[in-house]
Amino acid sequence: MKPVNQRAWLLILPVVLCVAFSAVLPLMTVVNYSVQDIISPERRVFVGTEWFASVMRDEELHSALWRQLGFSLAVLLVEIPLGILLALCMPATGWRASAVLVVVALSLLIPWNVVGTIWQIYGRSDIGLLGAALARLGVDYSYTGSATDAWLTVLVMDVWHWTPLVALLCFAGLRSIPDAYYQAARIDGASRLAVFRYIQLPKLRGVLMIAVLLRFMDSFMIYTEPFVLTGGGPGNATTFLSQYLTQKAVGQFDLGPAAAFSLIYFLIILLLCFVLYNWMQRVGSAEKAEGLHG
Amino acid sequence: MARIELELAHSYRPDPRTDEDWALLPLKLALRDGGAYALLGPSGCGKTTMLNIISGLLVPSHGSVRFDGHDVTHASPQQRNIAQVFQFPVIYDTMTVAQNLAFPLRNRGVPAQRIRARVGQIAEMLELSAQLDRRAAGLSADAKQKISLGRGLVREDVSAVLFDEPLTVIDPQLKWQLRRKLKQVHRELKLTLVYVTHDQVEALTFAEEVVVMTRGRAVQTGTARELFERPRHSFVGHFIGSPGMNFMPARWSEGWIEVSGQRLGPVSEATALAQALEFTLGVRPEHVRLAGPGTPGALPLPVRQVQDLGTSWLVTAAGEGSTAVRMRLPRELAAPRAGETVWLQLLGPHTCFYKDEELIE
Repeated sequence: MKPVNQRAWLLILPVVLCVAFSAVLPLMTVVNYSVQDIISPERRVFVGTEWFASVMRDEELHSALWRQLGFSLAVLLVEIPLGILLALCMPATGWRASAVLVVVALSLLIPWNVVGTIWQIYGRSDIGLLGAALARLGVDYSYTGSATDAWLTVLVMDVWHWTPLVALLCFAGLRSIPDAYYQAARIDGASRLAVFRYIQLPKLRGVLMIAVLLRFMDSFMIYTEPFVLTGGGPGNATTFLSQYLTQKAVGQFDLGPAAAFSLIYFLIILLLCFVLYNWMQRVGSAEKAEGLHG
Repeated sequence: MARIELELAHSYRPDPRTDEDWALLPLKLALRDGGAYALLGPSGCGKTTMLNIISGLLVPSHGSVRFDGHDVTHASPQQRNIAQVFQFPVIYDTMTVAQNLAFPLRNRGVPAQRIRARVGQIAEMLELSAQLDRRAAGLSADAKQKISLGRGLVREDVSAVLFDEPLTVIDPQLKWQLRRKLKQVHRELKLTLVYVTHDQVEALTFAEEVVVMTRGRAVQTGTARELFERPRHSFVGHFIGSPGMNFMPARWSEGWIEVSGQRLGPVSEATALAQALEFTLGVRPEHVRLAGPGTPGALPLPVRQVQDLGTSWLVTAAGEGSTAVRMRLPRELAAPRAGETVWLQLLGPHTCFYKDEELIE
């Protein structure tokens, strides 16, 4: 029989404590709130899954969820192709490459709320460059008045803010393709399109996966920029999930439903993470197997 | 198919000054239509640069490239109609093996039926038929390199097929097999083949003519026999053969050659040597013969080491402060023992003399 050494438990104790205090216990507090109706700190009633049921039935939440999914999808549909295109256009070497890299990365260095403020001013039809220019051109544009305009502005703002991330990832991916591939393509008489389709795109698969994951997660949790720009309006046009949650928890102080919704939100993100992570793992292991051979 | 003439020099730097700045020093080379050539030399000697210039991936900084007399210096690989296989397998990951092989043909608008037939032939030859419908990405390095080779060979009308150390990643056993295939292709299709390698065995078995290169210079072009028996440059003597040629400083002394204070003779190339005065004597280990003790014109040296090579003895002999002489003796002879003094006949029909690394003729 193998001797069993119980001391190992002692050694992992610090980690257990760390994780407990930083993640598990705070989460449990939320779980605690989600199953109780807290009337005052002294008076609380256990309500079971009632909050969950009511949150799940909440029409506002449904529309916020659909809005959120639509937004994230739009973000991916615009930012991924645009990022690839940008990376393809960026110079590969020399001082130009460095200069372009800095310029492209600039928007990534700006804090979220500043981005919101920049666009808030930029889009104003009285003093903003974009708003005023559009007004001069006779376009009836107002991100505070029109739901479509607000939605488009938030989307364009996100594209402006985050496409460079996709571009930088793709740029790195493109640089790691050995020259021999391009030489072989020239020898094989491949067109520019074929080079993209059969060499660059397949080789970018890994970084694109990361880009998709990052952009999906980030856009799914977007809060600050639309909060600063539109405050979720007009109406509910740009109220995304996290903003809805803040309204519930901080605005109305409905801790029970907010906690229940937090958990659901968390589970949605966890689920999507899980799906994407597994997808990436599968592709990654396929590539690793390939790497072992090649 | 084409006769290829090169008269060029190449530098990756904008203003080359010393010899080191040149990737290829000025050279003139003609490759016969339908010939099988090898560019042989150590790493960094400029052979891949030369290959890329022939294929059109690289435009030489000076001089020109001619195909059948037409100047193609600035023509693309596609215009030159060149096929090239690279050192490491290049495959299109998302395609099947068959699609990979068909790619060069498809890009040129060859009819589908013709493509299918040709891909079938090439796959048959390279023993890839069973894997035609598999995704190329999942295959072994060997198989991937075979696909690369296949893509190089799939077009029948090419001016030349260029190979840049294509068998580096391949198992030794499969290497022989593939090299035989390439020779077979050469015989059947009469394509001009240019094969870059640093492996002399590979070069000598593959090519009809070998271009030996070192430090950006093509020092000799010749058949295996010429390179072995009459190296025109001391580098060729040193690089070809295993072990390479023995070199000894020598000087002319009144009708004799003086090596390590000993007079060797008799000498046939007297006039040229008398003119050179000081030169280097080169003789291959295979051409050194044993002479009887006291033979006039032979060099007595103590034996340092005797190695059993299985089919022959490799004997190393060296005097105090003199260059070591290695010789290969047939197994039938009794090997001399270490410490024993042997008398070596260094002069013979295949003994070469070099002045400033160039052969004295």
